Amino acid sequence: MPSFVITEKCDGCKALDKTACQYICPNDLMVLDKETMKAYNQDPAMCWECMCCVKICPVQAMEVRGYADFVPLGGFVTPLRSSDSILWTVKFRNGTLKRFKFPIRTTEEGTAVPDGGFASASDDLVSPLLFTEPESTKCAELPKV
Amino acid sequence: MANFETVEVNTDILICGGGMAACGAAVEAAHWAKKHNLKVTLVDKAAMDRSGAVAMGLSAINQYVDVNTGANTIKDYVEYVRNDLMGITREDLVANIARHVDSSVHLFEKWGLPIWKDADGKYVHEGRWQLMINGESYKIIVAEAAKNALGDENIYERVFITEPLIDEAGHCVGAVGFSIRENKFYVFKAKAVIATMGGAVHVFKPRSSGEGLGRSWYPPFNSGASAYFTIKAGAEMTCQEVRFITVRFKDAYGPVGAWFLLFKARATNALGEVYMQTRRPELEKWKPYGMVKPVPANLRNWLMMLDVMEGKGPIYMRTEEALQKISDAVPDEKERKKKLKELESEAWEDFLDMTISQAILWAATNTFPEKAPSEIAACEPYFIGSHSGASGAWVSGPEDIAPKEYCWGPPNMTTVDGLFTAGDGSGASSHKFSSGSHAEGRIAGKGAVRWAVDHPGGNGGVAAAAIEELKERILRPIDLFEKHAGETTDADINPNYIRPKQYMFRLQKLMDEYAGGVSTNFMTSEPLMVKGLELLDLLREDAEKLAAEDLHELLRCWENVHRTWQAEAHIRTMMFREETRWPGYYFRSDKPEMKEDWKVFANCKYDRKTGDWDMMKRDIIPIY
Repeated sequence: MPSFVITEKCDGCKALDKTACQYICPNDLMVLDKETMKAYNQDPAMCWECMCCVKICPVQAMEVRGYADFVPLGGFVTPLRSSDSILWTVKFRNGTLKRFKFPIRTTEEGTAVPDGGFASASDDLVSPLLFTEPESTKCAELPKV
Repeated sequence: MANFETVEVNTDILICGGGMAACGAAVEAAHWAKKHNLKVTLVDKAAMDRSGAVAMGLSAINQYVDVNTGANTIKDYVEYVRNDLMGITREDLVANIARHVDSSVHLFEKWGLPIWKDADGKYVHEGRWQLMINGESYKIIVAEAAKNALGDENIYERVFITEPLIDEAGHCVGAVGFSIRENKFYVFKAKAVIATMGGAVHVFKPRSSGEGLGRSWYPPFNSGASAYFTIKAGAEMTCQEVRFITVRFKDAYGPVGAWFLLFKARATNALGEVYMQTRRPELEKWKPYGMVKPVPANLRNWLMMLDVMEGKGPIYMRTEEALQKISDAVPDEKERKKKLKELESEAWEDFLDMTISQAILWAATNTFPEKAPSEIAACEPYFIGSHSGASGAWVSGPEDIAPKEYCWGPPNMTTVDGLFTAGDGSGASSHKFSSGSHAEGRIAGKGAVRWAVDHPGGNGGVAAAAIEELKERILRPIDLFEKHAGETTDADINPNYIRPKQYMFRLQKLMDEYAGGVSTNFMTSEPLMVKGLELLDLLREDAEKLAAEDLHELLRCWENVHRTWQAEAHIRTMMFREETRWPGYYFRSDKPEMKEDWKVFANCKYDRKTGDWDMMKRDIIPIY
């Protein structure tokens, strides 16, 4: 489907300043129905199944049901994303369950400093050196061509 | 005309797009702009955290040259790219990206991207140039640094850039577009513009055309905006014929890199034959590139396709065999179990990080890779200058490396003054992937600031009347729908307009059947392309009749117009190049051989004044 919304769980993100799934979908697919305060995928056939909406939903109201034109029913993949890792549950059609946990970042959210702590060595706009170089190359000077 | 407020934003450097190249441009431009008291503005049709091709995440960084440990040289990388593209590459551009890409990767690590390390603290390589990562949040991390560099007040999300602003003298002086959340028309005025809006998908008919229509390998939201923007600005384009087709796990398009490179799996046909061995004599025909290692991507595709066309499919990735082999190599049972568990986790993460659909498909089909092989297949054609395709704008090279014929402005400026591009937007510099796109974005970001500093007065302006005309044109689909939708009982069927989805299907059908799509096994010819162009002309006329019920549909209308221009540049350039150079990407039945006199770039340029396309050859000038 693509992503779908579980009616019972979706609260339209009414306590937040924006509807999370609508905010994040890279393909502008998630919409909030303001009357029912429930979100829905307005064009499932354009869904990439990237699960950005599933991962961001604050109340786990979203899942993905595999594309009906080639995926047999019964397989599910469910992410649970925290600030430093993601837990995946894979449920097979025959009931087999697998769980995987992977790290997703090594720093605190929001702390990425543009220069990464690397020093600038040049003020010259014409020089090929980018602003963190050469230090960020880990070479003494920009690699020779 | 629909009632849309016009919002004017005045800036110095405008970055269009929010993907890897745009984020690279943002961190770099912000640094130099601050020094020179200039303003940088970024506009993205989505949310930067998850926009662009890395939205879902990635399981590997495919370009890391590893110069600092002495593992490789820049020249090694250039040779690899040149051979993979059958000799057609701008060595100066590839070298420039290669000398900066490790910097971007080291920054990603500082920002928080987990890169796999071995017991000695060294990066774990998937292949010679590839690093394994835990990349679920790759894009969020890279976007975070870009956002921190720019400041939220300089970022416009959910605004779709539709058209470049070009002054009388032909300089790029900004861009226009519309909000997809509220009735606002945006006019961005700038001294330099960076068009980093990704490649193009859904120009050709995808293999899945029901609900799975959106399951393209490259994301369906990459809709040709970079190509359209640069073509319409009047920029010279290159390698518009060099589409990209990749072999992936069948249907869900899960990645094969870990299986081929890390697990050393073989691909066989239904008879158990390894096409890379049985078809080896075919490679002789494509000398010298057929003889190099690794065999170029298109030729690997081609050997597989020859088996498929002879009815020898399904083609299988022999996952069970690869895992067995690795397992057999560990004699201790306890160790072996541990190893297998590790491998299983690595195999699944490869999918979960970047193609979750493949994990769903394996779960739904009860596929256990240690027990049974899985099918692989070629996907549909895409336009992507960052991978093993090469389409994009023709850009100025770095002065300290490039031959003088390739230098006319700051690095990565197109042939239009003030207009820069990178990533999927720049051509003939393949194999930059996510990391190299970021590095190239940085190069373009610095170049754009340099241009703005050197041209403090900016370029000429664009008359208010011309901007008003653009606004009318851009909002026309809304007007058309409002005017006519009530005239029939079904708003989908109305003789006065065409809705964007059916328009897209029309484009995809004609590209598929005439320009060498999936259904013709990627085969085309001049007569087919002539007919295709005829139909494309009619489609372009009907683009004037696109109708939109709401802002979402207005977005779809313009995405499809962008795709149409990518399609036209593609057909025209395939027709111009009278040979077959990339079998496995496309095959010209009327010109089935590779010709030495076509060892040149095939470039094209749209004339803004006359509407004509000029086709031209450009020499390949090696730096090595």
